[in-house]
Amino acid sequence: MPTLLAAATLPDAITFAVAAVICVAGALGVVLMRNPVHAALNLVMTLFGIAVLFVEEDAQFLAAVQVIVYTGAIVVLFLFVIMLLGVDRQEQVFADGFVAQRLVPLLLGALVLVEVLLLAHQHWVTGAAKVSGAARGTRTNVVALGRSLFTTYLLPFEVTSALLVVAVIGAVVLARRPHRVPEPGELPDGAVRAAPPAEPPVPSVGGGEGAADGADDETKVVSR
Amino acid sequence: MSVHASWYLVLAAVLFSIGAVGLLVRRNVLVMFMCIELMLNAANLTFVTFSRALNDIGGQVAVFFVLVVAAAEVVVGLGIIVAIYRRRVGATADDAHILKG
Repeated sequence: MPTLLAAATLPDAITFAVAAVICVAGALGVVLMRNPVHAALNLVMTLFGIAVLFVEEDAQFLAAVQVIVYTGAIVVLFLFVIMLLGVDRQEQVFADGFVAQRLVPLLLGALVLVEVLLLAHQHWVTGAAKVSGAARGTRTNVVALGRSLFTTYLLPFEVTSALLVVAVIGAVVLARRPHRVPEPGELPDGAVRAAPPAEPPVPSVGGGEGAADGADDETKVVSR
Repeated sequence: MSVHASWYLVLAAVLFSIGAVGLLVRRNVLVMFMCIELMLNAANLTFVTFSRALNDIGGQVAVFFVLVVAAAEVVVGLGIIVAIYRRRVGATADDAHILKG
């Protein structure tokens, strides 16, 4: 393996070293932090470090997308779920449970790392160059990536839209509250009540899935 | 010119291993999910490194698709987690052994 300064200038080497340390520290934080919120914030640190490395490697568009999509959307989604469920309880990472359940993964992880490093000892990068267009050259990174996406990879690009639609529909289906069995004397879902009840003014009585029903739905499901 | 590609590949291998170990060690489902994101990002770093080393834009296109799949996966996965938590308060991955046909 060549030294850090073999083909790089000093600022590039320093940037890589700092970003690498940030990435590894954040990754260790994700695994070792007891509080899920802290783990999510450490994940943000790792993702930012990887975005810096993307810039170092002339992938400017992907660096921007990394920050916007991963740290801006995915981690925020994680934090939303943590806050929504109130699961930010502490967890003893290495304390309870079987010792083997904690020890065997560590051994396996070390084995995977050693295996990869041994296999790649001499031949790090092999393969044909410029199969799907040059990454560097006269064009900027965004132009090169966009041209490749909208010519060579147009069909996969369109298929991803179908994937996203399926994911959105799946999320909506999963997030629906379970169907409520109408109690005796209660009108089934969708039925229009002839005369609205006198006591509290409830909006959209026949909706069934409305926000007004949320609270008692929750208690019903939990107590089941 | 940035540092040699092998340094990036070593870093990606280390990140992937940490993510794999975390996935096996932790029992909180959300943290396990974060470890999966860690592994995906290590793979992304490898893709971009090969894209630079071979001067081939295909690696960056692959990262683009990985990002889309990761976003879709997170949406569906978190939906499943919310659905599980709604039924059982304080569910860890060990509690999911009650799932039977």
